[in-house]
Amino acid sequence: MSEAAATRQQRKVRQAIGEGPATRFVLLTIALAFLGLMLVAPLLVVFVEAFGRGLGVYFQALALPDTMAALQLTLLVAAIAVPANLVFGVAAAWLIAKFDFKGKSFLLTLIDLPFAVSPVVSGLIFVLLFGANSALGPWLEDNNIKILYAVPGIVIATIFITFPFIARELIPLMEQQGSSEEEASVSLGASGWRTFFQVTLPNVKWGLLYGVLLCNARAMGEFGAVSVVSGHIRGVTNTLPLHIEILYNDNKAAAAFAVASLLAMLALVTLAVKTLLEARFAGEIAAQRRH
Amino acid sequence: MTATAPDGARSFRWRRRSVLPGFGLSLGYTIVYLSLIVLIPLAGLGIRSASLGWDQFWAIAFDRRVLLALQLSFGSALIAAIINTVFGVLVAWVLVRYRFPGRRWLDAAVDLPFALPTAVAGIALATLYAPNGPFGALLDDWFGLRVGFTSFGVVMALIFVGLPFVVRTVQPVLEEIDRETEEVAATLGARRWRTVTRVIFPALLPAILTGFALSFARGVGEYGSVIFIASNLPFQSEIAPLLIVIKLEENNYAGATAIATIMLVISFAMLFVINLLQAWSRKWFGHE
Repeated sequence: MSEAAATRQQRKVRQAIGEGPATRFVLLTIALAFLGLMLVAPLLVVFVEAFGRGLGVYFQALALPDTMAALQLTLLVAAIAVPANLVFGVAAAWLIAKFDFKGKSFLLTLIDLPFAVSPVVSGLIFVLLFGANSALGPWLEDNNIKILYAVPGIVIATIFITFPFIARELIPLMEQQGSSEEEASVSLGASGWRTFFQVTLPNVKWGLLYGVLLCNARAMGEFGAVSVVSGHIRGVTNTLPLHIEILYNDNKAAAAFAVASLLAMLALVTLAVKTLLEARFAGEIAAQRRH
Repeated sequence: MTATAPDGARSFRWRRRSVLPGFGLSLGYTIVYLSLIVLIPLAGLGIRSASLGWDQFWAIAFDRRVLLALQLSFGSALIAAIINTVFGVLVAWVLVRYRFPGRRWLDAAVDLPFALPTAVAGIALATLYAPNGPFGALLDDWFGLRVGFTSFGVVMALIFVGLPFVVRTVQPVLEEIDRETEEVAATLGARRWRTVTRVIFPALLPAILTGFALSFARGVGEYGSVIFIASNLPFQSEIAPLLIVIKLEENNYAGATAIATIMLVISFAMLFVINLLQAWSRKWFGHE
């Protein structure tokens, strides 16, 4: 085969394993248009509507006492729910990634259960558990313990909704890393805790951080489940997402979007941190793609 | 952390021995926490549902309003999942195979529906697609299509919340596909389209089906984003989760429980199918 023929052959193969420039352009345009219309446009609308009437209106809406109360409650709920699921996530990931035992995949399915439950149904199960006509209801009332339509109910529903996030982020990462480093550490005489904090934790810290951020964004933004268990008491059991609904239905769209912009910024920060972490620590976080 | 000293470990015949400590502690903690937060509350729903009895259960389930709500939820979720599958594969393809400026940020944007609260998405979509909103007015002028406050709106919201699933399940598989098989197909004389449909597509199929199922399952249960963009009229644009909320507000616990049970049974069946698909995928293609 002559040299020219060989180059021609090579070019043909290259064309055959990729698309032509026209096809590329069309596919890229469709993908960009789809993402632009479906994702970027709604995000832009939030900020346009929030800031459209000027910064004065924006900060006025945020400074309302009900908004401040909702913000405080949202921060409180996340401050309890995220650490609770963090401890669970680490324990579950250690169990599943470092040991082989029967029923492991069944346990993984159980951990995923809250993903398959509608947020409204998640709220409902706690209404059925703690409500006035449940088995626990009368006892709770006698002892003056308020769970439903109060902060504890909101916290429990949020923990349920965000239950798998950190575990799901850590498990594939720790499975991928194996346990040889931990085994070396233990056989050199380090205790289990020391091995965890000095060997495992540094290896998974970026994946863990992203799991915590995602869990936090979800905890602060949960709507359906919290809506069912909260009772919508203004200034008392309203979280930010519920407050958005109330403002929106009261025809205070600008105020609703001002509050919404806070949560949208939280989402953007979460995604930005993820992107930066992925750029710097590509291999360490790449494992997990499913939520 | 001495719960699994070598002597103790021998009694656990159902697990492989390991020098690492913490098996007992992490197993105990995981199971207790899982039971308290997830299993016991879910079992409560099952018990309450069982106490309804078949007659009452079927009477609620076959109520016309309930059937229409379930039909709307499952139908819209199905359409949204199909649209998300087509565009999700395309987006995954573009993100993996093509290099263009801003690719990394576009990749990050795909996760937006995971991170953006559903209520925020709901009011944004309702504003966009309202009859006087920027997109709503255009669609009405051009195609005479009403999206906001109709069942199209429900589908639109479900496309938004389900969008990342197909992309995120297909993307890693596509990244791992060996380009050499494509070269082989090409040198054996296959045209590009044939290579894509006969070589690449079969390898992606389990991931595509998994993404479809996840997107569908998410759409069926979605509440927050939908209620703002749908008009929520009984018999017309009322989704099943909304009907649960309405029944609860009417103190109709039996009604709420029955609808929730139907939705849960179907979701768990979906979860089971997803797990089978992934096991199948691991077996045949060696990756998830």
